[in-house]
Amino acid sequence: MTKEVDFDQIEKRDRAFERIRSAVVYAFLILWALMVLFPFYWMLLTSVKSYGAYNSEYIPKLFTLSPTFENYLEAFTAVPLADYFVNTLIFTVLTTALMMIVTVLAAFAFARLNFRGKNVAFVIFLSLMMIPNELVIITNYVTITNLDLRNTFSGLILPSVTSVFYIYLLKENFEQVPDDLYYAAKVDGTSDLKYLFKVMIPICKPTIVTIAILKVIECWNSYVWPRLVTDDAQYFLVSNGIQAIRESGFGRENIPAMMAAVVSISVPLIVLFLIFRQKIMAGVARGGTKG
Amino acid sequence: MEKQDLKGWLYLLPAILFLGFFMVYPLIDVLIYSFEEGYNSASQTYYGVGTYNYSYVLRDPYFLQALKNTFILVAVTVPLSTGFALLISVALSSIKALRNLFQTIYFLPYVTNTLAVGLVFMILFKKTPYTDGLANLIISWFGGESIDFIDGPYWAKMLVLCLYTIWVVMPFKILILTSALASVSEVYYNAAKVDGTSRVRTFARITLPMISPTLFYLIVTGFIGAFKAYSDAVALFGTDLNASEMNTIVGYVYDMLYGTGGGYPSYASAAAIILFAIVLTITCINLIVSKKHVHYS
Repeated sequence: MTKEVDFDQIEKRDRAFERIRSAVVYAFLILWALMVLFPFYWMLLTSVKSYGAYNSEYIPKLFTLSPTFENYLEAFTAVPLADYFVNTLIFTVLTTALMMIVTVLAAFAFARLNFRGKNVAFVIFLSLMMIPNELVIITNYVTITNLDLRNTFSGLILPSVTSVFYIYLLKENFEQVPDDLYYAAKVDGTSDLKYLFKVMIPICKPTIVTIAILKVIECWNSYVWPRLVTDDAQYFLVSNGIQAIRESGFGRENIPAMMAAVVSISVPLIVLFLIFRQKIMAGVARGGTKG
Repeated sequence: MEKQDLKGWLYLLPAILFLGFFMVYPLIDVLIYSFEEGYNSASQTYYGVGTYNYSYVLRDPYFLQALKNTFILVAVTVPLSTGFALLISVALSSIKALRNLFQTIYFLPYVTNTLAVGLVFMILFKKTPYTDGLANLIISWFGGESIDFIDGPYWAKMLVLCLYTIWVVMPFKILILTSALASVSEVYYNAAKVDGTSRVRTFARITLPMISPTLFYLIVTGFIGAFKAYSDAVALFGTDLNASEMNTIVGYVYDMLYGTGGGYPSYASAAAIILFAIVLTITCINLIVSKKHVHYS
């Protein structure tokens, strides 16, 4: 008899302990979520405070009762933020498109075609994955300068095109397409190029989309190379634009307008992320690097 | 057969052209630059070949400052961010409700512009005539003295840089670790439960060995990434990192190449190769250590 009571008590204690444990876990997770979200909240909040209100708050307020959009107007009129957006858009679209063409063709050659020297070429490609960008950027800078391509879109785009890793990723995916399809297409007299576009690309579309999105994120955030090859504000991308705003500003230290610019720059990528959340996270888990 | 060969190489041609021109050639060239003494970028001439560039860089106080900063940054952020990411991932794996929401939130910093969000960190920590900033407000609640974290003492600036770096690298680590934790088979946990093994022991004897290859991968990429730190520092302290004593090795390379003290591709090349040598050495040490501790099934 006494034993059964004991069991009940143990179970009860266990359940209470379990509840406390899960409360601690949730509290910890919520704390980190707040740490992540707070900078986003702060930039949004500051961007809707008026210039006067922001500067009169010696102790910053955690909310505002009179939101204003004048900072956004200021951000887009006092500095050429819209131009930076257009530049970034052109850069991102052209770089991603060029990279897609190069990557698809190379991945197809490695995955499907048989030619002499293929294995050697593939090993050389793989070993190039280990070369850090910092090492090659110096010569690229000199090359682009000597070719007189500074402050041009060609100078910005051309060295940013290749990504060996994406060729590898797509090649792995192409190899999963059954050989039978290829031989069937061959019997029907389909050319390799047509097979690539009509069969391979549609089947491997998820991977191709993932690669494109990852490249878009990379392009949108790129800072180092654009900083090296552009010093004319006419060709600034958003990262360089925001740095220029920080250093020369709006003629005065206008933090709310600066935050409005920061919000405008961050929103497109956050929207892209929320739409393609699954794809982006799966893609990064498979081989993104940053950290 | 001949035609097939030609076709294969034709498909590869665009990739070969781009890689050859912007990766293989620069790789060889950077080595040559680093040994050419007194290179003049205007006339493209040099007087001799030797190791002067390396000895110049290694004696340059700006480089030594950058080296020190980078090593502190690596030593602080890599263990802290990896350990903290592990803690969060374990917590995340133990819950069911709201898990997706948390995962989405935690990943947000990955898709944001480092330069842009860095500015938010700057205003949170900066002291201006108008305001001491939010960080100082919190410090004053606890009765501390206000400090300028952006233009103030060295340790304060380093603290902000480390905090921001950790904030930026966490999403990647959490993502990789949660998927590694999810891939550990339930069978092991059930067996441990039957044996009445404690949670701590289960974690130390089952979970940790099972995810050790992933953990090791994160430590290696974490080291490499932290050694290449640059944009985070620019976001917080501006482009003139030498003046604020917050330069990193990569920052030094770019400053030598371009900017206020620029125009010295030889010194930049020597510094870049030194960086590469450091990263390679650390990676090799990691590999040797991992042989003992990483469990590959």
